[in-house]
Amino acid sequence: MNPILEVRDLHVHFDTVDGTVHAVNGVSLDLFAGETLGVVGESGSGKSVSMMSLLRLIPQPPGRIVSGSARFRPASGDLDLLSLGKREMAAIRGNRIGFIFQDPMSSLNPLLTIGDQIRESIEQHTSKRDAQARRRAIQLLDQVGIPDPEARYRNYPHQFSGGMRQRVMIAIAIACDPDIVIADEPTTALDVTVQAQIVDLMNRLSADLGIAVIWISHDLGVVAGIAHHLLVMYGGTVVEYGAVDQLYAHPRHPYTIGLLGALPKLHVNEDELVNISGTPPSLFSPPQQCPFEPRCPWAFETCLNSQPPLFDISPDTGSRHASACWYDLDRDKPRASGQPVAEWDKEDATL
Amino acid sequence: MTDTGNAAAFVRVRGLKQHFPITRGVIFSRKIGAVRAVDDISFDIPQGETLGLVGESGCGKSTTGRSVLRLYRPTAGSVTIGDLEISALSERQLRAERPKMQMIFQDSYSSLNPRHSVAKIVAEPLIIQGHNNAAQVRERVQQLLELVGLEPEHMKRYPHEFSGGQRQRIGIARALALNPQFVVCDEPISALDVSIQAQVVNLLVRLQRELGLTYLFIAHDLSMVRHISHRIAVMYLGKIMELARYDELFQNPMHPYTQSLMSAVPIPEPEVEKSRSRILLKGDVPSPANPPSGCVFSTRCPFATERCQREVPQPRQLRPGHTVACHNVDDPAVAEDIRLSGHKIVSSLQDAASSGPDRVFASALPGGAS
Amino acid sequence: MRIDALDKSGLRSPLQRFLKLILRDKAGLFGVILFGFIIVVAVLAPYVAPHDPVQQNLRISRQPPAWHEDGSWEHPLGTDNLGRDMLSRIIYGSRVSLTVGFLGVVIASSIGLLLGMVAGYVGGRTDNIIMGVANLFLAIPYLLLVVVVAAVLGRSLLNVILIFGFTNAPLFVRITRGEVLRIRKSGYVESAIGLGASQARILFDHILPNLIGPLLTVATFEMSGMIFYEAGLGFLGLSVPPGIPSWGNMLAAGRQYIQFSPWIAAFPGLAIVCTSLSMNLLGDWLRDLLDPKIRRSAS
Repeated sequence: MNPILEVRDLHVHFDTVDGTVHAVNGVSLDLFAGETLGVVGESGSGKSVSMMSLLRLIPQPPGRIVSGSARFRPASGDLDLLSLGKREMAAIRGNRIGFIFQDPMSSLNPLLTIGDQIRESIEQHTSKRDAQARRRAIQLLDQVGIPDPEARYRNYPHQFSGGMRQRVMIAIAIACDPDIVIADEPTTALDVTVQAQIVDLMNRLSADLGIAVIWISHDLGVVAGIAHHLLVMYGGTVVEYGAVDQLYAHPRHPYTIGLLGALPKLHVNEDELVNISGTPPSLFSPPQQCPFEPRCPWAFETCLNSQPPLFDISPDTGSRHASACWYDLDRDKPRASGQPVAEWDKEDATL
Repeated sequence: MTDTGNAAAFVRVRGLKQHFPITRGVIFSRKIGAVRAVDDISFDIPQGETLGLVGESGCGKSTTGRSVLRLYRPTAGSVTIGDLEISALSERQLRAERPKMQMIFQDSYSSLNPRHSVAKIVAEPLIIQGHNNAAQVRERVQQLLELVGLEPEHMKRYPHEFSGGQRQRIGIARALALNPQFVVCDEPISALDVSIQAQVVNLLVRLQRELGLTYLFIAHDLSMVRHISHRIAVMYLGKIMELARYDELFQNPMHPYTQSLMSAVPIPEPEVEKSRSRILLKGDVPSPANPPSGCVFSTRCPFATERCQREVPQPRQLRPGHTVACHNVDDPAVAEDIRLSGHKIVSSLQDAASSGPDRVFASALPGGAS
Repeated sequence: MRIDALDKSGLRSPLQRFLKLILRDKAGLFGVILFGFIIVVAVLAPYVAPHDPVQQNLRISRQPPAWHEDGSWEHPLGTDNLGRDMLSRIIYGSRVSLTVGFLGVVIASSIGLLLGMVAGYVGGRTDNIIMGVANLFLAIPYLLLVVVVAAVLGRSLLNVILIFGFTNAPLFVRITRGEVLRIRKSGYVESAIGLGASQARILFDHILPNLIGPLLTVATFEMSGMIFYEAGLGFLGLSVPPGIPSWGNMLAAGRQYIQFSPWIAAFPGLAIVCTSLSMNLLGDWLRDLLDPKIRRSAS
C-alpha cells in the first residue's frame, strides 16, 4: 500500500538576526490512509515547523523551505505539496488537508458566528450553497458533539468554552471530508478532563471517517492513546519511528528512553525522575553529529563524527520500527557496519 | 474544614476565602458581584513536607498560593506559618517577615525583570533586606547559583539569554536567597519541556531534603504532584474536594472529581490508554463568578443527586488522614457505584505498573546495571 | 548537578548582530541618518548658514534657486520676497521646529509619566479621577486653545511649547498607565512584593526602567506631530512672531507668490515633510529595536 503522504528529506531554515536557524534537518515520514501518526518532540525539535511547512503555514520569510519533497496522493491524483503554486495550495489546504491549532480562539474570527465560519469553509471548497451548506454545518456541529447545534450555529466564538471552540475547529477541519488532518498540539491549552473529551472525539471521528491524522504533541501520554505510529523528533531530525506498541515497550533511541523515564508514573513510587542533563542543541549551525550526543549516556566517538541515519530495526512481527542511533541497543554494542537503513534514507541516497 | 491529619502543622490555613469584587461604573463604582476564587478552604502542612494542590484552570489553586503568602489580602480566614499569624500582620510587619516565605513562579520569563542581570536578580532579595556589603552579596549570589546548578559566569547575563529551565533555576535561586522556610511553587514546571521538567523537579526535591523546606506545590499535572507531594489536595472551583496522603489518594480515590481527574491523566502506555476505565466529564468548569448552588461539582458529576444541588457538602474525614467533601460517598444509594468506579480506575492504573519500556535511561551510566 | 554553559556555536557575534539589526530596516536607517543630519544642521546653524537669515536685500528679491537660469550659487535655494536667503532661513527655521518638538514632548511626557504612574500604580478612585481629567483635556480642540492664548498672551514660542506640552500630555498619561498596569501584574513585580520590597523600589527599579522603551517610541511620533502642527500654526500666523524665521511663517509668506515664485513656499514645505518623515521612520525603527520579541525573529 502506498502512503497517502510521503515526505522525504525536508529541510527548513529560519533567517534571524542571530543567524540561520536550522529548524528542520532532513525529516522523512510515511503517513498511511486512515492512520494516526503521532509526532512527538520538545519545543525546538522542529515538530510543528516541519508539519506546518508542508501546508506552507510557516511565515516566509523568515522561514525558508530549503529542500525536500512531500508526495500527497489523494484519490484524485499524485502531487508534490512543496512545488504547488499558491492557488493550488489554497485549494488543498482546508479542503483535502484540514488543520487544527493549539489555540482555537486565535483561529476563529470573533466577529462572525460559529455557523458562518463553518459554512464559509464549506462554500469555499464545495458546490454546497446556502441552505445546503447550512445543513451540513449543523450536521458537523452535531458530529463533533456540540449540544443543540441549531441554536449554537448562531453563537459567536466568545460564547463557547475552550473545549467547545476546539470542537468547532475540528468541525471546520473535517468539513470537506479531508484525506488528512494535521492537529498541532490541539489539547495543550485544555484541562485534562477536557483533553480526554477531545482525544475521545478525534479517535471516533478518524475511525468513522477514515481520515489520516498527524497529531503533533509534546506529551508521550496523550499520543499513546490516539496514535498508530509515532515519530519522535529531536533537534530538527527524526530520531525514532515505529508502531506505538513496539515503540513504548521497546524504545531503541536514547532520547525516547529518557523521555519515557522523565515522566512521573501515576502508579509507581520513584525516588528520582530520569534526569536528561543538559539542554537541546543550538540550531544555529548545520548538524554534523548526532544531535543528542551531548546528553546521551551511550554516546561514543562515532556519534561525534557523523549524524546517524534511520536504521531499520523492524521486528519479525511485521510492525515498523526505525532508530537513528549509532549504538545498537538490542545487542548493547556499537552498530555493526552494513546494518539496513530505513527505506526513507535509502531513497535519499539515490536521489 | 477539619484536617486533623497532623498535629504538628508548620503551615496552618483555616477557612481561607479570597473573593474578588466585580464592579461596574467609573468614578462611583459599585460592587455587583464577586468571583469566589477561593471559598473557605483549610489545610495543614507539616514542616519539611510538600502539600500538592492540584486542579484544573480556574479552580483557584494559584490564588490560594498567593493568598497564603498574602500577596493578596484574604477576604476571610487565617494563615499561620510557624508561630506567626500572617493574616494578622500589618503591611510593615509583613515586609519584615517576607524572607520566611517565598514563591517560585510559573512563567519564568515574566517573573524575571528583563532589564536586570542575573546577578542583580538573585541579589535583589539580599539588597531589599538590607545586606549592603557588596563582597558578601556577591559571594552569596555565587553560592546560590551553584546550589541551583548554574555557573558563576552566568551572573552577567540577562534572562532572555537563557532557556526556560535555566530561567526557572534563576527564579529558584532568588527565592532561596533569604533562607525561607516555606516556599509556594506555583506551577513551576508546567511551561517547561518534559526532559527539563524532570531536572527542575529533581532539583526542588533535593533542595527540600538539604534545606528542610516546606512546600505548597501547585500544579495541574496529577502525576507530577503525586511524585513530589507527601499529601495532595484536589481543588475544584475554589473548594478542596479531597485531601489525603499521596499513596492513600491513589489507592482509594473517593471523590468522583478526583476519580475523573485520575482517569483523564494520559498514561504513556498504549495498551493501558486503549483499555482503561475512564469517567468522561461533560462540559467545562463553570465560572467562579456564578458557581452552581450546593456542591460546585454537581453540574458535571456522574453521581449527582438532587441533594447535591441543594446542600453544600462539608469536608469529612472518612478514613485516617483522608477527608472528602461529598454527600454521596457514604450514601447507600450510590456509594457502592462510586467505590466501584474508583476501584476500576485504580486497577487499570495498576495494570500499567506491570508494563513499561524494556530499557531505562540510567542503565548505561557508569555504575548502573543493564 | 550542573548544566551546560550557554551554547553559542553558530551564533552571530554581538557586533555582527547589532549591525544586522540596524541594516535590516533600510527605511529606518535612512530616517535615523536624515534626522541626525537635521539636528546637526540646527545646532550648527550659525556656522553652516551662508547668510544672515533676516538680512533683507530688496534688489535681489524673489531670486530663483541656483539651478534656474536666473539663479546664482550665492543663494542656492534662491531668496524670498524680501531678498532673504532661503537656505539660511530654512536652516534657522529648523531650530524653531526642533525646539517646539523637543520641549513639547519633554513637557508632555514628564506630565504623562508622573500622572500615568500614579494612576496605574495607585489605582482606584485616584486612577478614575486622573483618567477623567485626561479625557476631558483630550476633548478640548487645541486650535481653539491656541487662538485664545495667542489673543490673550500674544504670539510666542514659549506659549506654543506649553500648549503642545499640555495638550499632548493625556496621550502619555494613557500609555504610561497602561504599561504600568501591565508591568504591575508581571511576575517580577509580584516577586519583588513577595521579597518585601518598598513601594519606591518597585516603582523606580522595576516599573520605571521598563517604561522607557514604549514611551521613547511614542515620544518620537508625537514630536513629529508637533513639528507638523507648529508649522500649521505658523502658517495661520498663530505661532512665533513673523520676525523669527520658522518654516510655518515662511510657508505663509510664500503663499501669495506661489504662482510665479513657487520655491518660496516649496522649500519650507519640503523641510517639514522631510523632518516628519525622518521622525516617523525613526519611530518605527525604535519600536522594532526596543521590542525583544520582534528583535528575535524576522530578518
